[in-house]
Amino acid sequence: MNLVVLMRMVPDVVEELEIAPDGKSLDRDLLRMIPSESDDHALEEALLLKERYGGRVTVLALSAPEVADLLYTAAAKGADRLIELRGVQTGLGVRAAALACADAMTSLAGVLPADLILTGAQAIEDLDGLAAPLLADRLGWPYLGVVTKVNELADRTVTVVKEFPGGFRGEFQMTLPAVLGIQAAERPPRYVPVAKVRAAMKAAKIEVGQAPEPIAAPLAGIDLVELCKPEAAGRAEMLEGAPEEVAGKLCELLAAHGLL
Amino acid sequence: MAGSVWVVAEQWQGRLTDITFEALALGREVADGLGVPLEALLLGFQCSSLAGELGCADKVLYAEHPGLKDPVPELHAQALTVLARERRPGNIIVPLTNTTMGVGTLLAKRLAAPGVNFTVDLRVSHGALEARCLLYGGKIQALVRPQGEPAVFGLWPGARSADAGRSVRTAAVEQVAVTLPEDSRVQLKRYIEPEAGEVDLTRQEVLVAVGRGIQSKDNLELAEELAAALGGAVCGSRPVVDQGWLPLARQIGKSGLTVKPKLYLAAGISGAPEHVEGMKDSALIVAVNTDPHAPIFNIAHYGVVADALELLPALTEAVRARKG
Repeated sequence: MNLVVLMRMVPDVVEELEIAPDGKSLDRDLLRMIPSESDDHALEEALLLKERYGGRVTVLALSAPEVADLLYTAAAKGADRLIELRGVQTGLGVRAAALACADAMTSLAGVLPADLILTGAQAIEDLDGLAAPLLADRLGWPYLGVVTKVNELADRTVTVVKEFPGGFRGEFQMTLPAVLGIQAAERPPRYVPVAKVRAAMKAAKIEVGQAPEPIAAPLAGIDLVELCKPEAAGRAEMLEGAPEEVAGKLCELLAAHGLL
Repeated sequence: MAGSVWVVAEQWQGRLTDITFEALALGREVADGLGVPLEALLLGFQCSSLAGELGCADKVLYAEHPGLKDPVPELHAQALTVLARERRPGNIIVPLTNTTMGVGTLLAKRLAAPGVNFTVDLRVSHGALEARCLLYGGKIQALVRPQGEPAVFGLWPGARSADAGRSVRTAAVEQVAVTLPEDSRVQLKRYIEPEAGEVDLTRQEVLVAVGRGIQSKDNLELAEELAAALGGAVCGSRPVVDQGWLPLARQIGKSGLTVKPKLYLAAGISGAPEHVEGMKDSALIVAVNTDPHAPIFNIAHYGVVADALELLPALTEAVRARKG
């Protein structure tokens, strides 16, 4: 099986996010970039499939600061081929980038034909679309998102489980090749020790791919007026003090609400 | 004249979902603001009776086809693309949930139209629509103006109240024909029922919810002790379930349950929109997070900037002491 995983670096929202002076972007100097969480799950699902069915896993990542860490970590986990795609802007919006990725997959030797392309179901910067359906549409392949499990990968079909609301799930059969938007892998993404990543840095090679055409307008058809921090309609009343003190205040509140 | 506003109705298990009515309420506002009709798009198979619930719209366009029976995004997107090319709406609002995920993106791409994701509000400004979109786990909002029509807006749950989109009126229904491929490349084989949890979280009056801030499975005990002291149950956000620390039956939010307890105590939960949609209507929300800018504080009634691992045991002790 030939499995391709598209991965992106996104800002770590655990850190403070500051808006740049232009009012239309994040202050990238202060950002800590991490792999998009559901992309990490997409990689894990691809590695699980490789273990089950054999084959190879190609990871294609959009160029970004520290993307080499992402790629070498993927190699340490078991990915076979690493490609950094340059010439595609990361940041707000994914439409132009996803289409460029699809074109790059077509033009880079040996990436396609593939059986499956896996990527995260959605990323926190996807202002103008979602990567998985965009890739699928450009390649003319079937798509399904919010996938949490691949039940069976056969010669011509794949059977997957997708999440619905309220804990319901649905089992779908798709013809291959197909694009999956992975919400979560069957098990948490594997941990690799730093020593193994260091070993991958020496042994693995990152190929550099160039987008066939530079991206002219990252947000095609959308005028970004401004970014701002959400204004809270009724922000929480904050309780301050040492844990014991706050616990006492909370108890009073709970009692006042008839909860104690 | 500008094209009409379309709202794509979402069905789940034979019923219209709340977000359909939320989208209708929002669609009504913007259609009135633009001075154009509001049309509801009902796609499915043998579900014409649902059209009677869409009276908030001026008209219902009903497309019936066996291929639209199941929630297969590419077939729904294909039907909408054909209809939009024929009828040229100005703006299209598509729910952005697990059921419909991908439909809006495919529709916008195929129409070569602007697509706006994660929309939480739409306003009319100078005769066109402006969208507010929630990004970066709810920490940043973008204000955007689509250039050109039709624009496709993927709508997060909660933009308006569902009740505001329900109406006793009956809208005129026009049945519209769509042609779809005989053999779909994506086929639903079966639904899998939710795993039965040992407790019904939707009936609990007190929920202690844990998120990534709980740091490890071992620390769940702290939440369980507090829940026991308060007479409630423990639930969690997506990362905790993905890590295997809690079963799927305990997940609150987009893929999990929607709850409205008397007390929802969110410990170490940042408040990403996917989680908030499942608990925002709780009567009393108390949030504990180390990040003073965590979006959870925007919807909580009371907040504490603290490490949940320190506060939970202190609170458990205080509750026990008070209860004697």
